[in-house]
Amino acid sequence: MVLIRGAEATIYLDKNMGEVIKKRLPKRYRVKALDDAIIEERTKTEAKIISDVRRAGVPTPIILDLKDDEIKMEFIKGETLRDIVDEQMMEKAGEIVGKLHRGKIAHGDLTTSNMIYSDSEDRIYLIDFGLSRYDTETEARGVDIHVLFQMLKSTYNDHEELKNSFIKGYKRVLGEDEANSVLKRVEEIERRGRYK
Amino acid sequence: MKEDAIILGIEGTAWNLSAALVDERKIISEYEKPYLPKEGGIHPRDAAQSHASNIKEVISKTIRKAEIDLDEIKGVAFSIGPGMGPCLRTVATASRALSLLLKVPLLGVNHCVAHIEFGRWLTGAKNPLVLYVSGANSQVIAYRDKKYRIYGETLDIGVGNAIDKFSRFFGLKHPGGPKVEELAKRGKEYVRLPYVVKGMDFSFSGLVTAATSKSKENSLEDLSFSFQENAFSMLTEVTERALSYARRDELLLVGGVGANLRLREMLETVCEEREVKFFVPDRRYVGDNGAMIAYTGLLMLKNGMATPIERSSVKPNFRPDEAEIPWF
Repeated sequence: MVLIRGAEATIYLDKNMGEVIKKRLPKRYRVKALDDAIIEERTKTEAKIISDVRRAGVPTPIILDLKDDEIKMEFIKGETLRDIVDEQMMEKAGEIVGKLHRGKIAHGDLTTSNMIYSDSEDRIYLIDFGLSRYDTETEARGVDIHVLFQMLKSTYNDHEELKNSFIKGYKRVLGEDEANSVLKRVEEIERRGRYK
Repeated sequence: MKEDAIILGIEGTAWNLSAALVDERKIISEYEKPYLPKEGGIHPRDAAQSHASNIKEVISKTIRKAEIDLDEIKGVAFSIGPGMGPCLRTVATASRALSLLLKVPLLGVNHCVAHIEFGRWLTGAKNPLVLYVSGANSQVIAYRDKKYRIYGETLDIGVGNAIDKFSRFFGLKHPGGPKVEELAKRGKEYVRLPYVVKGMDFSFSGLVTAATSKSKENSLEDLSFSFQENAFSMLTEVTERALSYARRDELLLVGGVGANLRLREMLETVCEEREVKFFVPDRRYVGDNGAMIAYTGLLMLKNGMATPIERSSVKPNFRPDEAEIPWF
């Protein structure tokens, strides 16, 4: 059964087994050579990085099997933060992203759609690591946070409060100094994209 | 205000100086005088000087072509930003003078918003996700709660500037876009180049560097083809992501790079797959033009948003999400 037909991949759910298959479908708009390379790179990256993500203390689904264009993983029952996010959840998300960055990984696509809140466990899972990479540079961390903040601003009227809650959690894990240098870089990145 | 109020709009944020007269239903007349650099890219001061020497002609020809009386003009609209400071100031000065002379309100229009509103007007798109791609700007935008919101954008340079840098390296004259598009059609072999997407953001400078550094071992045709494929695939990917994220079933393409047929083809493919309606204005209206400024000025006038002269300073960094949109 198709659970989600996303922009990046289609997610099939096998409810009895408690498993999902994430399959990256070819994009007809891309030339084949480029498309094949992107699909393979992202599938491999995701499978490889996801175990290190767990090791860093970030809740994420367990990988069960891997092919060239698909990953079988544990099904997480819950709802994405997209429509239910509040300040408390965002503070938790800040802690989680702090742990990820401390674990030397940049996510590459941080949005509230890539965070699942599990009611039964009362915790937040981070998903979708296709654009992730090992990177401890302030720049990579800054872009991560910039992408998230931009998405908060476009989507929520109370984005300032959500942003501040996130920062609180992020600083708690990464430490005041390291977090501040990332946040300073976020401001720089925002200025860079503007009309010159 | 009478139903058939006419607005004069003047656009001059970058290389194209263009004026138009527009009413509620139609474009009445237009005239333009683009600045073309003798060599290299756009020099803001040269462009501003060119605008200054041509603006009188552009405005008077626009008005004369329309065969209307001056007192039928109910407002003077101009691009207040974003754009190149010297160019913006030239157009603003002329607009202020005209507004005083004609004794009608001055209307400072956000250039990006004008692309979107004009595109909606021409195509009938209602609440689309917008891909706005021009020289300096590359953004994914959608309306929510009184404002246009930016879902994704370039982390460094606009896609048009990236194409210009690429084409200047190979000695192609400005504007490089149409020339690269032609060369790309004759490309045969795809060369792997950097593909940088971060969520709904993207970056082009690495692509330019890599493509120009391969000029010895690959043909210009193959590089043009591969450059376009990478840049436009990145834009199409973030557009698809944003369509899904912002939950829209319409896509509107605006901005000068929207004239590129390969980009249109990619976006059409995604729209077909996702059952999204694809809208794009006529080729001559995707780029900068005076009519889009006049039309958006009309919307502002109808909503009591005239710009007092003392608050009409240009805003070179005016972002679309900073403009109030009460008419949506």
